[in-house]
Amino acid sequence: MTYNISNIARSKGDPKVLHSGPSSLGAADRMARALGWFSIGLGLTELIAAKRITRTLGMEGKEALVRAYGVRELGHGIVSLSPDKHLGLWSRVAGDGLDIATLVTAMRHDNPKRDNVGVALAAVLGVTLLDIIGAQGVTARHSRPRGRPRSYRDRTGFPQGVQAARGAARDFKVPPDMRAAPALAAVSNRAPPEKARPL
Amino acid sequence: MRALVWHGKEDIRCDTVTDPELEQPRDAIVKVTSCAICGSDLHLFHNFIPAMLPGDVMGHEMMGEVVEVGPEAKHKLKVGDRVVVPFTIICGECDQCKRGNFSVCEATNRKKYLADKVFGHPTAGLFGYTHLTGGYPGGQAEYLRVPFADATHIKVPDGIPDEKVLFLGDIFPTGWQAAVQCDIQPTDTVAIWGCGPVGQMAIRSAVLLGAKQVVAIDHLPERLEMAEAGGAITINFDEESVVERLNELTGGLGPEKCIDAIGMEAHVSPSMPDTVYDRAKQMLGVESDRPHVLREMIYVCRPAGVISIPGVYGGLDDKIPMGQLMNKGLTIRTGQTHVNRWTDDLLRRIEEGQIDPSFVITHTVSLDEGPEMYKVFRDKQDSCIKVVLKP
Repeated sequence: MTYNISNIARSKGDPKVLHSGPSSLGAADRMARALGWFSIGLGLTELIAAKRITRTLGMEGKEALVRAYGVRELGHGIVSLSPDKHLGLWSRVAGDGLDIATLVTAMRHDNPKRDNVGVALAAVLGVTLLDIIGAQGVTARHSRPRGRPRSYRDRTGFPQGVQAARGAARDFKVPPDMRAAPALAAVSNRAPPEKARPL
Repeated sequence: MRALVWHGKEDIRCDTVTDPELEQPRDAIVKVTSCAICGSDLHLFHNFIPAMLPGDVMGHEMMGEVVEVGPEAKHKLKVGDRVVVPFTIICGECDQCKRGNFSVCEATNRKKYLADKVFGHPTAGLFGYTHLTGGYPGGQAEYLRVPFADATHIKVPDGIPDEKVLFLGDIFPTGWQAAVQCDIQPTDTVAIWGCGPVGQMAIRSAVLLGAKQVVAIDHLPERLEMAEAGGAITINFDEESVVERLNELTGGLGPEKCIDAIGMEAHVSPSMPDTVYDRAKQMLGVESDRPHVLREMIYVCRPAGVISIPGVYGGLDDKIPMGQLMNKGLTIRTGQTHVNRWTDDLLRRIEEGQIDPSFVITHTVSLDEGPEMYKVFRDKQDSCIKVVLKP
């Protein structure tokens, strides 16, 4: 409840939060946020502990690939935490596909860590399911529904009609500090600019 | 009381908070009867404007009835007065206020030490905005404390519905100032990027001020339709080239006056590669804004023309074509709105029936529904253009 801390800093007359109410964040948004932070955590782990990961999965020599996936995960995380979270989650789904394909190549019979690869594969499949649910949820919550928008054809804003409104405020005197350079201020109505006299 | 409170990125909640109290002798308390969600609230919603704190009350478009007045505000206000509260808090006494530059009032930003570091010098205090502008609680609430209330108010007569005068506090004078600082001439083409609430007000203002033609640019059909209803020629940037169409409408010369009613969150589309580049940099935190509109305006504006920027920008912008700007001799005018400089005149125009700003309202809901309406407005669902909240 971070508002409790900022309440302390507020001045005497300012409102302070007593009870928190319903939020603009929906369940799908919270899920996107959780998956975004998960991406960042996983990405940092892949960057920092690439060697340990490849050893655990029997994929020695693939450290550069794991680090590249770490950078990719960080990207997914940043986008998932942004207002464009649907892009972040769908990109996570695509990334999951890449992870699965990579892990499948490590399911060789001669890999002594094959069991670990199986566990990792199961985990990725579970996360993929969450990513798909999250991506669909966020897309549904934040999309503009298809179909005809409402008609605002009658919303002129001018009670006497548009034609009567054109130039109705020409009586307004633009303050001197907001006048435009005379070059474009109705040159046809003004005297020609004075020419410099020859020396 | 209940209020819409910022808790973090995309997290606005309808909370129970303590009632505001008079703090200074010039304060007043207003019982809010109507308030609105503004496009710039979405920049705070997305946490693109720095220095918000969890627990900040949102909202800077509000009006209501005065219920309590501090001793030094009593010469101007009394209990029962009906007021629109401008989003800029003004002292009415400093050099800038005397010049009419109310949005850069030198006395009302109570967090001057923060503003000094970020802006170089402080600007006016603003309601329901970042702590860089004072961190004053906003008016999406049942009650609002108005600092410097003797100067920071617009009295409105009884008998006019809230909906007609509410927008005197922000979007109407903002659209008006955007048009006024273009110094519109009868020979001018005025191009306006963005048909959100400020864009719609700028369109009506440019029509009233007598532009030869007003061109409105957006891609949402309902917003373009509303723009057209107000007398604008429309360009859907999903369907045609903005630059080509503007040149066609101006005989190849370009519009003399350009208004940016979009600001820092330009629409992102692969068909405009610079917007993708800006969005990526914004996500990484290495660029504050997405200034596609600025670039396009500088490119298409007629040389020696005027670029007017009411759209909010937050910090640092990349790839601004300074060569075009300088060589074309363009004038840039910008700033938060000097609300009280325009409101007497605008109130008269509403009373005379020249304009009725309530045309822009598409949704009216209770304060409790506010958090959900932030989402609806942001996602442009249900043809939402302007939300009014009734506390």
